[in-house]
Amino acid sequence: MKRTVFLGALTVAGLAAGASAAATLDDVKARGKLNCGVTTGLVGFAAPDANGKWEGFDVDFCRAVAAAVLGDANAVEFVPTTGKTRFTALASGEVDMLARNTTWTLSRDVDLKFDFIGVNYYDGQGFLVSKEMGVSSAKDLDGATVCIQTGTTTELNLADFFRANNISYEPVPIETNAEGQQQYLAGACDAYTTDASGLAATRATFENPSDHVVLPEIISKEPLGPLVRHGDNEWGDIVRWTLNALISAEEMGITSANIGELSAAAGDNPEINRILGTEGNLGEMLGLDADWAKRAIMAGGNYGEVFAKNIGESTPIALARGLNAQWTDGGLIYSPPFR
Amino acid sequence: MSDMSYVRSEMLPERAPPASQIGFVGWIRANLFNGVGNSILTILSLIFLWYILSALLPWIFAPTWNSGSLNECREIFGADGGHGAACWGVIRERWVQLLFGFYPEAERWRPIVGFGLLFVALIPVLFNMISRRMNWVLLLVVLGLAGLYLGGALGIIAGLVLLGAAGFVGFKAFTTSKEDRAAEIASGAKRLPNPFIFSAIYPFIAPWLLWGGSIWLPVGAALGFVVGYFAYRFLAPIVGSLAGLIIAVLAALVWWLFLTGGFASIMQSIIPIGLEAVESRNFGGFMLSITIGVVAIACSLPIGVVLALGRQSDLLIVKALCVGFIEFIRGVPLITLLFVASTLLNIFLPPGTNFDIILRVLIMVTLFAAAYMAEVVRGGLAALPKGQYEAADALGLDYWKAQRLIIMPQALKISIPGIVSTFIGVFKDTVLVSIIGLLDPLGLSNAIRADQDWNGVVWELYGFIAFMFFVFCFSMSRYSMYLERRLRTDHS
Repeated sequence: MKRTVFLGALTVAGLAAGASAAATLDDVKARGKLNCGVTTGLVGFAAPDANGKWEGFDVDFCRAVAAAVLGDANAVEFVPTTGKTRFTALASGEVDMLARNTTWTLSRDVDLKFDFIGVNYYDGQGFLVSKEMGVSSAKDLDGATVCIQTGTTTELNLADFFRANNISYEPVPIETNAEGQQQYLAGACDAYTTDASGLAATRATFENPSDHVVLPEIISKEPLGPLVRHGDNEWGDIVRWTLNALISAEEMGITSANIGELSAAAGDNPEINRILGTEGNLGEMLGLDADWAKRAIMAGGNYGEVFAKNIGESTPIALARGLNAQWTDGGLIYSPPFR
Repeated sequence: MSDMSYVRSEMLPERAPPASQIGFVGWIRANLFNGVGNSILTILSLIFLWYILSALLPWIFAPTWNSGSLNECREIFGADGGHGAACWGVIRERWVQLLFGFYPEAERWRPIVGFGLLFVALIPVLFNMISRRMNWVLLLVVLGLAGLYLGGALGIIAGLVLLGAAGFVGFKAFTTSKEDRAAEIASGAKRLPNPFIFSAIYPFIAPWLLWGGSIWLPVGAALGFVVGYFAYRFLAPIVGSLAGLIIAVLAALVWWLFLTGGFASIMQSIIPIGLEAVESRNFGGFMLSITIGVVAIACSLPIGVVLALGRQSDLLIVKALCVGFIEFIRGVPLITLLFVASTLLNIFLPPGTNFDIILRVLIMVTLFAAAYMAEVVRGGLAALPKGQYEAADALGLDYWKAQRLIIMPQALKISIPGIVSTFIGVFKDTVLVSIIGLLDPLGLSNAIRADQDWNGVVWELYGFIAFMFFVFCFSMSRYSMYLERRLRTDHS
């Protein structure tokens, strides 16, 4: 009898789980806040300032989604997650979405049952070396000691790269990025390898950044993107098209400076009109109102503005757009049409 | 001839010891340069100390307090750069964050008051040297300062009144000597209430201060104990003490599980009193460490004592349960339990269940500490001679009375060093929560480094955190030594 009751309770719980998973949008609206999973701290992508306000590239995307859904870019609860807790936090419903520089891989998409809704940053693994070494290519690193974070895909990529080029290296295992910086500066390793964006941020903190170079080889593909749970496609659509709206806005020349003017009345460009809701009913199709994309863009600017503000060339991290330029500029950033 | 003598017949007057044997010089000769070997060691130690300090002190005393970023620190030092000196600007800018995490700025008085009241509540428990009246003075002072800090007409008036009352009681306490007061009490003067009353209600005040919300929830929780007490009081004479106890516990559980929520919401709608609710997510920094540490320390001791007694019990099931629990928890690393708390429970519980992450962590850390505590206490129990148990039996004491009056006071006294070691260990283990994404001081130090201004600042943050932890752990250690001295009953 007790057992039956217990199983019954589990079933009810399971049903409730299914029901609640299917209506993330309603949950978010009822709560009045978007729970967004971010890192516990990564330069340029997510970090709290002295007043506890989160800032960064990933953070701005969370704010854009909150603005689109709830009409308030500050209606976000940022849930710091570590590399170990991020997927359970999303799977269990603790967060509604994850914007945490997470690489899109098949197993994460399929086996862990998540939906990557796109790519907001194309990263790749690189090498940071001292200029004194006189190395111009990663293939010259034969016999070098390399600082590498243990237990990450970067470790496997490194082994693959050196084996493919038939050269040897000596790994110096480290635990965190801070430790990597210290070890590299102390000369414990000749080269430090991690994602190129991380290397740029690390190099920017050095006393004399110009004494160090990031080698041109990028030895892995790390498409970083926001993700949501399987099973709630309506919610996935909203997050996906919020990212697309930011990207399209840059392509169409919609910026936070001219958006007020452009959205005041329908203009000459029909796609701009459809994005900004002055024409058509795209917002309604998503279950949102007509102004959703306008609010998302106003939250932190279009994709290019968000990039420039947090990690672009005017910031200390000084990342070039590179692969992350619009497709019209030779990059990979590309949004399907708003139609 | 007769007045010649080979032996001195009168005493010499006492002379002052030679200057080389007394005072500073004497102390140095006796302690530092006592022989060639010691002199060499002393000189080597001094050279070593000078070597360390000459590197460390210039690093610590760096004029970088007002810098706004690592690069500004570097500008202050010019070409020498950040290697030669600490960049303290990060501590100036972030110390509040390291202490309070993301706790809303307007509400930060609450953890401060909670922390102050913690000491008021602890003093009668920890020290019996302080008089009853001084304890009330302390309580009034903390509350009065809180009132003044809060500001507003009401806060200032309440603060002044409370401080005035504190001054009055303090004045009376200082002007009447102990004997006079004893005489006053003997002649029928009213005593102040026992400060233990406050210590008993503090566990209900503290969560309310930290998390906020309606005041009726902690009141409801406290009423559960009242319900249980009265149930026991009225039922024990009728159905016997064991059955009475069981029914009382059940009554309290029913109250907590099914009636408290209703009671709180009804009372809240009649008399709405409450503080702004603060979510657990906003807890961080030392506030989080101290919250977890204090709860785990306070709860683990009683649970540990019960487990230790259960392990020595003759009742088979009780014993098996206790042994199983202790061995299971001790056989699993704390970090595993924390992962269970943060991820596994999330998967097992239906989504949308709002089982607070900090509450989950608190439970896990408490269980972990309790298992260790049980073994420490068991060590104390094992160290007692069998004669003590037999003496208790011979006096006709029942099990609980024997434990309370004879066994536990001695066993716990023996275990003090072990108990305090466990306390310190648990407090330091709280930093493990950074691995499950809670921003304790170590987690925050990582988050602070993720700010471009402070990326690359390592030693200053770790140094500050280490210093804060040292202060807490060292105080605990000193307290345990005080307690051992006070409780020493042997005559050596």
